[in-house]
Amino acid sequence: MNKVRNNRAWWLVLPMLALVAFSAIVPLMTVVNYSVQDVFDANTRFFTGTEWFVKMLNDPALQAALARQFAFSLTILAIEVPLGVGIALLMPKRGIRASLVLILVTLPLLIPWNVVGSIWQIFTRGDIGLMGWSLRELGYPYNLTSSPVDAWVTIVIMDVWHWTPLVALLCYSGLQAIPEAYYQAARIDRASRWAVFRYIQLPKLTNVLVIGVLLRFMHSFMIYAEPFVLTGGGPGSSTTFLSQSLAIMATAQFDVGPSAAFSLIYFLIILLVCWVFYTAIMQMQKDRQSGGPHE
Amino acid sequence: MAEITLSGLAHSYQASPAGAADYAIRQLDHVWEQGGAYALLGPSGCGKSTLLNIISGLLAPSEGEVRFDGVAVNDLPPEARNIAQVFQFPVVYDTMTVFDNLAFPLRNVKTPEAKVRERVAEVAEILELTDRLERKARNLSADDKQKVSMGRGLVRDNVSAILFDEPLTVIDPQLKWKLRRKLKEIHRRFAVTMIYVTHDQLEASTFADKIAVMYDGQIVQFGTPRELFERPNHTFVGYFIGSPGMNFIEVHARDGEVVSGAFPLVLDAATARGVAQVCQDSSNVKLGIRPEFVEVCTEAGADSMTAQVLQVQDLGTYAIVHLGLGEISLKARIDEGKPMPGHEAHVRFPAQHLGLYVDEFRREDRR
Amino acid sequence: MSLTLEDVSRRVGGQTHVDRVSLTLEPGSFNVLLGRTLAGKTSLMRLMAGLDQPSEGRILMQGEDVTGRQVRQRNVSMVYQQFINYPNHSVYANIASPLKIAGVGRQEVDRRVREVAEMLHIEHLLERTPLELSGGQQQRTAMARALVKDADLILFDEPLVNLDYKLREEFREELRTLFERRDCIAVYATTEPAEALALGGYTAVLHQGRLLQYGPTAEVYHRPATLTAAEMFSEPPINVLEGRVREGEVSFDSEVHFALDNDLAGLADGDYRFGVRPSHLAMTPRADDDLALDVAVELAEISGSETFLHVRNEHVALVAHLPGVHAFGVDEAIRLYFPVHRLYVFDGEGATVHVPRSAGAR
Repeated sequence: MNKVRNNRAWWLVLPMLALVAFSAIVPLMTVVNYSVQDVFDANTRFFTGTEWFVKMLNDPALQAALARQFAFSLTILAIEVPLGVGIALLMPKRGIRASLVLILVTLPLLIPWNVVGSIWQIFTRGDIGLMGWSLRELGYPYNLTSSPVDAWVTIVIMDVWHWTPLVALLCYSGLQAIPEAYYQAARIDRASRWAVFRYIQLPKLTNVLVIGVLLRFMHSFMIYAEPFVLTGGGPGSSTTFLSQSLAIMATAQFDVGPSAAFSLIYFLIILLVCWVFYTAIMQMQKDRQSGGPHE
Repeated sequence: MAEITLSGLAHSYQASPAGAADYAIRQLDHVWEQGGAYALLGPSGCGKSTLLNIISGLLAPSEGEVRFDGVAVNDLPPEARNIAQVFQFPVVYDTMTVFDNLAFPLRNVKTPEAKVRERVAEVAEILELTDRLERKARNLSADDKQKVSMGRGLVRDNVSAILFDEPLTVIDPQLKWKLRRKLKEIHRRFAVTMIYVTHDQLEASTFADKIAVMYDGQIVQFGTPRELFERPNHTFVGYFIGSPGMNFIEVHARDGEVVSGAFPLVLDAATARGVAQVCQDSSNVKLGIRPEFVEVCTEAGADSMTAQVLQVQDLGTYAIVHLGLGEISLKARIDEGKPMPGHEAHVRFPAQHLGLYVDEFRREDRR
Repeated sequence: MSLTLEDVSRRVGGQTHVDRVSLTLEPGSFNVLLGRTLAGKTSLMRLMAGLDQPSEGRILMQGEDVTGRQVRQRNVSMVYQQFINYPNHSVYANIASPLKIAGVGRQEVDRRVREVAEMLHIEHLLERTPLELSGGQQQRTAMARALVKDADLILFDEPLVNLDYKLREEFREELRTLFERRDCIAVYATTEPAEALALGGYTAVLHQGRLLQYGPTAEVYHRPATLTAAEMFSEPPINVLEGRVREGEVSFDSEVHFALDNDLAGLADGDYRFGVRPSHLAMTPRADDDLALDVAVELAEISGSETFLHVRNEHVALVAHLPGVHAFGVDEAIRLYFPVHRLYVFDGEGATVHVPRSAGAR
C-alpha cells in the first residue's frame, strides 16, 4: 500500500474527545457501575450483578409505564404521519402563499417544550381556558385532573399540535423533489388523484417518511416536559410515561441501583429501535442503487 | 390517428409580453398530416418543447388554435386529447411491475381486464419486454424504463398522436440505435402520427419522414431529410443539418465580379449573375455550399481557386480539410481513399450545389 | 511536466475500477480517454487528479512520486459534465476564484481572467451569474475557470455531453485550437469515437478498467492492437465475421470464400475473426475480387448525405455505412460487397494479426 495518511489530524480531535468523555462517557460508565451494585451509603456497596435488571423488568409499575409509553408513541405516530402527509399535500408549492403557509405551519415547532405544556394546561382549564370552558359549556364534563381519558386525549392532541408540523415539513420537502414530468405523465395516463398519490407521491415520500417516523418515535419515547407540565403524570399514574417514572425513581426515591439499571434498559430499547430503522434505511438505499441503470 | 393543425400559434411565458423577444413561439402555422413520422429539430431554447407541450395540452397557448382533425382542442386537457407523451427521462411508476405500468392507462379508464391483458401482451412483445413483465419497474435499466414509458403510450387504442420529447437523451449511445429501430417498427405497425423532438440532426433524419426545423420560435423549413440537406431554405438549416454544417460566404458584387471581402470568387456565369442581381436589393447576401460538395483538386483548373490548407482532420472514414481562401475559411469533406491536398489546394464550387441566400433565406430564381 | 502512471489499479469494495494501467503523458499533449460508460475513464481521471488514491501502483509527475499527494497540492484543474459553477457569484468571480485562492494580485487576476474569457468568447458575460446563462455559456465559464489556473494537468470528464449537438461540434473545434499552444497536459474523457477522432491528439482506449491501447489517435484508429480496441473505437461498431483459414483459402460460413493472396498469405491455418469497417461495405463491387454477401435490411438510418444500413442474414449481422441516401424497406433483400484487401484479421484471443496495408494511407 502506498497510501500516505496524515495522522496529525487525530491530535486535533483530543480536546473534543476529552469533552465528550467528561460529559457523556464517564457519566454513562458511572450509570453502568451503579446498575450492577447495591449502594447503601458512600462506603458500603455490594456487587449485585444483574439483580437490579431482573427486578426492574419484573416491576409492575415499570411494566405499566412501558406499556403506556408504547401506546402513546404508536398512537401519536398513527395520527401524526397521515396528518402530516395530508397537510404537506395541501401546502402550496410556489409563491408568496407558500412562504406564508410555511411560517404558519412551522410556528408550533418553535415553542419551548415546557411552554407548550403550560399553554395547553391553561387552554384546558375549566375556568379560564378556551377549550376547557367550551367543552363544559357544550355539556361535556371535561376534567383533566380527574379523568384519565380526558388526560390522555389532551396529551395526544397536544403532541399532535406540537409535532405534526415536523412531519409535514419533511413531506413537503420530499414532495418538492418530485419532477414535474411525473405529474404530467400521470395526467396523460388519465390517472385519478388517488392514483397519483398512491403511485407517484407516496413511493417518492418513503425515504422522507422513514426519517420522520424515526424522529417522532424516538422523541415521543423520551417525552418528558410536556406531559409533566400538563398533567404531572396524573390523574394517579395514568399519564406517567417512562421518562417520568425513571426520573421519580432516581431523584425522588434515590434508588440509584435500580434506576441506573432501568435507564440502561431504556437506552437499549431506543438503541434497538434506532438500529432497526437504520437497517431499513440502508436496505432501501441499497435497493435503489442496485436497481439503477447498469444492471 | 389525427391530423394536427396549428393555426396562428404564438406563446409567451410572460403575462404581458412586450415584443417579439418575449415570445417563445412566434406566428406558427403548420399541419402535421395523419400517420406521419415527424421530427421537430432545433437547438436548445428554440421553443420545441414548448410547442410539444402545447400540442399535448400540458400548456395552453397565449394565442392561436390547435385543431385535431379540424376540431379546436384548445380547451381540452391532455387527458381528453388522446395524446401519449414520452419524456426525456423515463417516467415509470416504481412500485408497480412492468405489467402494471403498461396496464395503468387502460385500467384508469376501466377497461375490462381481459382486454388489458391482451393489449399489454401485444405491446410488450413489440418492445421486447415480455420476459420482464413481472419485474418491478424500478429495477430496470434506463432504456427498458424508457421502453415502458413508450409502452404506456402505445397500449391505448385510439391514440391520436405520440409525442416524444428527446426520449433518447439518457440512453447509452450503444443502445440508441436499437431503440430508434423500435420506434420505426412501431410507426410501421401502428401507423400513428408521431412527433419527435430533438436537437440531434442525426436522430431526426433517421427517425422522421419529414423534419420541421425550428429556429427562434418559428419553423423555418419542413421537408424530408434529403431536401433539408440538399436545399436548405434558411442559413440556419444549412448550418444545423449536416456535420459539419454548410459553409457560408458573404459576398457582394463589385465591378462585375463576385467578391468576398477582397477575394474574387470564381463562379459559373448563372450564379454570378444571380449574385449581382440580388446585391442591388440587399447587403446581406451569402453563398452556401456544403463541405461534402466542395471539390478539392490537386491540380489547378480553369474554374478553380487556390486555397491554403490550414488543417486536416482525420475522422477515420473521411477527413475534414480546413481551407483558407483569402480571409474566408471553409471546410471541405474528403472521403477515404481520395487524394489529400498538401499545403495548397485548388477548390471548385460546382454550380448545382451552390445556394444563394439573401437575408438568410434561399433564392431560387437564378436558374 | 509529464505524467506517468505505473501499474495503477483501483479497487473499491471488490470491484476493480482501474486495472493495472501504465501510461505516460507528455507535456503539451491532448489525450483522449475513450471507452464506454463504466470503462474506468472517470476513475482513472480521479486518480490522475489525486481525488482518489490508487490501491496499487504509483503516479509520477515529472519523475516525482506524487501518489500520496492530495489534489490540492497537485497543479490540476477539472471540468465536469454538469457545468459546475458557483451559482451566486458573477462569471468574473467564478473565473477568478482559483487565482484569488492562490493569492494572486488583483491586477494580475484581472488580466488573466479577461484573457481567458476572450479565448472562450464569454468576455461580454463577465458580470452575469451562471444562472442567467445558457448551458453552453455555463460550460465555457467552467472551462475558463479551469484554464485560468494554468495548471499542469487539465481534466475534462465528458464535458460536452449535456450540450446540443451543434454546440458540441463548435466546442470541439475551439478546444483543439485552445490547446495547441499550451504546454499543459489535457485529458478528455468521452464515449464517442467520433469525438476522439475530431479532437485528434493521442487516444487511450479503455475497457473494463484496462488500457487497451494508447497512441496517436489516427494510429489507434487505423491500427487497433486488439479486436476489442477496434470495436471500442468505431461507431458504428466494426463488423466481425468468423472465418477460418484452411489450405490457402479463407472461408466464411462455408458459402463465401476466397484465396489467400499476397497480403494474407502469411496466415497460418486456423480460426480467425475478420473485421470489416462499415464504410468499406458497398452496394457495387469496387474491385474484381470483392466478395458478395446476400443480406436482408433491418433498418436504414439516413443522415443528410449518408446511410447507415443495418443488415443481417442467418449467419451474421452487419452495419454498412453507405454514401448517399438509400431508402430501403425493412426486410428488403440486397447484396453487399466488401473488399478483401481491407480486412482486419484477429486471432482467437482477439490480438490483431493483420492490418490492411491501406489502413491509414492517405
